[in-house]
Amino acid sequence: MPLENINNIVLVLSGKGGVGKSSITTQLALTLSLQGHSVGVLDIDLTGPSIPRFFGIEESKVRQAPGGWIPVPVHDRQTLSHSTANTNGTHSENGAEKEGGREIGPLSCMSLGFILANRKDAVIWRGPKKTAMVRQFLTDVLWPQLDYLLIDTPPGTSDEHISLLETLLKHTSPSPSSVAPHLAGAVVVTTPQAISVSDVKKELNFCKKTGVRVLGVVENMAGYVCPNCSECTHVFSKGGGKAMAEEFGVPFLGSVPLDPLFVVLVEEGTRPVYPKGTVIGGKTLAEREEIVEEGSKEGILVDKYRDCSLATLFDDIVRNLVEDIRSRDLGA
Amino acid sequence: MAPSLEEPTQVDLSAPLKNAPKLVAPEPEHCPGPESEQAGTADNCAGCPNQKLCASAPKGPDPDIPLITQRLSSVRHKILVLSGKGGVGKSTFSSLLSQAFAHNPNLTVGLMDTDICGPSIPKMMGVEEETIHVSGEGWEPVWVQDNLGVMSVQFMLPDRDAAVIWRGAKKNGLIKKFLMEVRWGETDVLVVDTPPGTSDEHLSVNSFLKSSGVDGAVLVSTPQEVSLLDVRKEIDFCRKAGIRILGLVENMSGFVCPGCKHESQIFRASTGGGRKLAKDEGIPFLGAVPLDPRIGQACDYGESFLDAFPDSPACAAIKGVVRRVGVEMGLEGDVLGED
Repeated sequence: MPLENINNIVLVLSGKGGVGKSSITTQLALTLSLQGHSVGVLDIDLTGPSIPRFFGIEESKVRQAPGGWIPVPVHDRQTLSHSTANTNGTHSENGAEKEGGREIGPLSCMSLGFILANRKDAVIWRGPKKTAMVRQFLTDVLWPQLDYLLIDTPPGTSDEHISLLETLLKHTSPSPSSVAPHLAGAVVVTTPQAISVSDVKKELNFCKKTGVRVLGVVENMAGYVCPNCSECTHVFSKGGGKAMAEEFGVPFLGSVPLDPLFVVLVEEGTRPVYPKGTVIGGKTLAEREEIVEEGSKEGILVDKYRDCSLATLFDDIVRNLVEDIRSRDLGA
Repeated sequence: MAPSLEEPTQVDLSAPLKNAPKLVAPEPEHCPGPESEQAGTADNCAGCPNQKLCASAPKGPDPDIPLITQRLSSVRHKILVLSGKGGVGKSTFSSLLSQAFAHNPNLTVGLMDTDICGPSIPKMMGVEEETIHVSGEGWEPVWVQDNLGVMSVQFMLPDRDAAVIWRGAKKNGLIKKFLMEVRWGETDVLVVDTPPGTSDEHLSVNSFLKSSGVDGAVLVSTPQEVSLLDVRKEIDFCRKAGIRILGLVENMSGFVCPGCKHESQIFRASTGGGRKLAKDEGIPFLGAVPLDPRIGQACDYGESFLDAFPDSPACAAIKGVVRRVGVEMGLEGDVLGED
């Protein structure tokens, strides 16, 4: 049976394009892995797959095995050393931290980007072909044992979404059980400005219509801190995501500011280094124990991500999400 | 059986369209498209419940296309605004482009929104609450000012927060209806805003407008590689579909802190940004528009940014880009009507 190795499925949705669905998916996946869970990421954006780029595995190709496709591994289960962890200083006791370092869960990805011969090629498909591909992605990928499967979606509420939900509702259960994987719900991403919120409201109504639980709203690109004078500008307005979550009676998971160093981490693989005393979300970043050379590209993505200012924020967001999903498990 | 790793076949873009028959079952995966010439006769059609219907439907071009061509014969220039990536500012740029053109009192401008699942144009133009007026001669666009008309699917929705959960075929039908029914009248420039991607909407707009002639496409991107990656796909699409590329605009390029005037790159162009992409691909680079929070605010309130902040650097950059678009289209004189 497809998806049998998966415990929880979480969708990442947004009615609007370019609000950071893939960026949020990436960070949720990295944080889940940092907290010791095994994670898979499925990218069903067929005409504009970004996940391979985000994880820095654009060159990878999917391998074929009897019975299906083998997803592309990003990293295996392993133990990261303490020394470079500085942003999570306040949380290290309650994480998966153990003597001698932090144990992280394995992470693997599947995307149409891994199948295309040339990254420049346009995928010009009409609906039925997209439907077939989404179905195949859900049924023919040989995932390893996963605690969480994150599904990154294209913008809108069209073919990909309808096919995704049709297939998922057939193969999953809304409440956790031992037989079928559990469709935990959807994380909805928006930016603060009204233009984006009005599209994302449509997505919340889509969830309502299809009976998918909304795990919460993440407001992305909320504010930008000038690297010169540390003044925070609300580039795309502010507060829209929170107001929308309240209006629809769904949880608000948090605001994520723009961090140019995260962009640089993804684009160039450079470990983020912040000026001394940078304040993120009310917490001063802990001093680094060992001075790492500026602009170092050493290490794996998840390790470097621990030095990103957003990692602390996501640590909280993911902790709340996991707790929410678990409490449902117990309640059912 | 293991799934095939073969690169999936792509849609034939040059095939003429015929009128699609009413299907009895969903199209199968390798369907050549019920509107294609091979409908019902292609190898993949064997065993499809629709085969008979498709095969017996009259061949030859879609009889509605001449109607569309006739309807749009009074529209002199048509521009598509495209981007493979979402949220890079297609709609913002489309509205700015049409507002800038409409600054010239000698031009009549139309703006059509083909993003069905996430229409943003009505809000940006401040006409969110409007509905369509239907007359005997067709649908009347919503006029924002004397020489600027707007058409969007939003005007037809009873509830503006309702999700439009439609598959491709249904969206194509609506786009066709838009092109057939809307009475643009004597219009100098029609700007067509599109959703992100390279799929149904794009194929339809292209095939329906082919015979009435499209001047070309303006591509919008942000500077970082994640966005450029998708724009490359859009360039590939334009080439395959035979759409002329008028040029590439780089949006959200650089941000000037309102506090200290320090310019920083929020979305860093690690691979050379839009300028390098345009050079590599041999397409015109139309200019870079800086990120100004006031553009977003003006869009949220449905005001014209160009009118509100005529002296800002972003405004100057936008005007520069619009002039370049005018030149690429071969319009005579200053398109902004300022000289």
